[in-house]
Amino acid sequence: MAVNEKVAEKRKDQKTRPVAKGATRTRRPVKELSLGREATSAPGRFGVYGGRYVPETLMAALSELEHAYDKAKRDKKFQQELDRFLHEFAGRPTALTFASRLTRELGGAKIYLKREDLLHTGAHKINNCLGQALLARRMGKKRIIAETGAGQHGVATATVCALFGLECVVYMGTEDMRRQELNVFRMRLLGAKVVGVESGQRTLKDAINEAMRDWVTNVRTTHYLLGSVLGAHPYPTMVRDFHRVTGLETRRQILKMEGRLPDAILACVGGGSNAIGIFHAFVPDTKVKLIGVEAGGRGRKLGDHAARFFSPTTGVLQGTFSYLLQDDAGQVAMTHSISAGLDYPAIGPEHAWMRDTGRAEYVSASDAETLSALSLLAKTEGIIPALESAHAVAEVLKRAPKMKKSQVVIVNVSGRGDKDIGILRETLKLG
Amino acid sequence: MGLEFQNKSGLVVYVTCGDPDMETTRHVVLEAIDAGADVIELGMPFSDPVADGPVIQRASERALKQGTRLEDVLTLAAEVRRRRPEAGLIIFSYLNPILRMGVPKFCATAEEAGLDGALVTDLPVEEAAEYLREMRERHLAAVFLAAPTSPADRLKAIAKSSSGFVYAVARTGITGARSEFPPEARELVARIRRHTKLPVAVGFGIATPEQFASAGSFADAVVVGSAIVETIERSAGREAEAVGAFVRGLLRGRG
Repeated sequence: MAVNEKVAEKRKDQKTRPVAKGATRTRRPVKELSLGREATSAPGRFGVYGGRYVPETLMAALSELEHAYDKAKRDKKFQQELDRFLHEFAGRPTALTFASRLTRELGGAKIYLKREDLLHTGAHKINNCLGQALLARRMGKKRIIAETGAGQHGVATATVCALFGLECVVYMGTEDMRRQELNVFRMRLLGAKVVGVESGQRTLKDAINEAMRDWVTNVRTTHYLLGSVLGAHPYPTMVRDFHRVTGLETRRQILKMEGRLPDAILACVGGGSNAIGIFHAFVPDTKVKLIGVEAGGRGRKLGDHAARFFSPTTGVLQGTFSYLLQDDAGQVAMTHSISAGLDYPAIGPEHAWMRDTGRAEYVSASDAETLSALSLLAKTEGIIPALESAHAVAEVLKRAPKMKKSQVVIVNVSGRGDKDIGILRETLKLG
Repeated sequence: MGLEFQNKSGLVVYVTCGDPDMETTRHVVLEAIDAGADVIELGMPFSDPVADGPVIQRASERALKQGTRLEDVLTLAAEVRRRRPEAGLIIFSYLNPILRMGVPKFCATAEEAGLDGALVTDLPVEEAAEYLREMRERHLAAVFLAAPTSPADRLKAIAKSSSGFVYAVARTGITGARSEFPPEARELVARIRRHTKLPVAVGFGIATPEQFASAGSFADAVVVGSAIVETIERSAGREAEAVGAFVRGLLRGRG
């Protein structure tokens, strides 16, 4: 019946055949993944991290995207067109604001704020969306899909699709739809179709799963406009490149305003797009400390936070090898954060590498610390940051007072807090 | 090499292990083999099954609620092997649970369990160097997916890395039963055959005896997954019996 007898024979045969134990095996630590290490020369690797772990159906589309992006990157006309939209549509360059009252209040380092919150649609996400939409247009893809957590990436995607006349479908967890109701309405107003995702924890990760399922089905006609430095190659590199403008501007601005580079730059890290955007231009300036702030949530127990570095373990999720919150059986863990944009269980692979090499440092801010930081920035500077960005502000409250008055620190205010007013009203109970 | 199909069109049956519990899965698998399945794919449930449709997503959630682990699936494999030494047995998993266990340990345990091979959904050939080395060392067949979107150079690489059989994905999309059967599947099987003499199994969306017969006319084997999992979902308390009947129904059309 079934499989032929040769299989059974072969099986018997195996038992008697001595298995050569390669010397390489003993070198390999069991807990550490070595899959990545084998492929460090492959494109899309940051040290051992990154790669392209997707079902076969998507492999050709990722190569196509990689080649289209490589070509566009070298094409002056593409860059000029992107720069023009960033300037005339999105509102770049954004201001670098000296936070004088907050600086005085904390009594330490001079604090500057990079104002990505002033961009059109209210967050840094538009930088990447303009880049990818222009690329999709060059590739002849007329249907755009995206995932969104806090809704900022969804709104930015819906916006660029309206701008370029592209069909737009946004996947969003129903828990996030509840938390970010206003952004759901904005996307619909912009002509996008918002599809609620009921699986898993009903947040960002689940929305990405559903977007990947759509892409695997409609891959020939559709571009997946992924919103963070996550996923399979070329996304982590491409999305980083589109956000690099933040750091390039910041570098020029601080040199002009202070005549020197900053001592530290702080940014919140979910997937890590705003952080990599402001960090990247400063990577060679080794005296500038780069600090990423993860969501510390409501406690250190697995499931109560989204801080990948509390007890770091590596794994593969949604196409990339990186640090990942998971249980000991390799199932992806639940996360919690007050901010819908930071509760992703994995971190972008370039951050994983920057953490290992020590080029960047990663800390966390709890929900409570974040809320008081948000209130303080609102009252001292007249700026209501997004809950995500408020995590970076929380870290500056801890750090600036311990620094010298001559030192300079920059916080990336990656988005504005308008979208969070509902949650803030529920949580803060102001008079 | 690894898994060979004697019958004109072999049947590969997928089950999500631990849905609704391990004991039931064991009965279902034994019954499917007795009903005529040539190869069983023991599906390891994963929290984020990006290639799967709603049926296998629901099954995975149920299985994970039971606390199903890769170790349990390997233990089940060993038991099935003891009881049905002739059946083809492979593990079907996403990469992360295997990474967590460690690739060398996974391969060693799989060999001990008497498995014939494995298919890792989100591990394309480019990223598979270490996995392939360990699999070969343990005489396990590495089955890879080939898709309608795979160009010739990828098919060549897939054929080169594969052992046991090549799994042709019948359509762009996720797992789950569909009413029509796409013409691109036949073309894909023909394209794969240009690069390999290995058997080619075709799957994704095949649910009925007619579809089985149609796919079996040009492929060496046909994979049926979601339709089996759905049968299990619908047949609480008599899962094995229902799957047995379903499998016999599928095979009735076979020459």
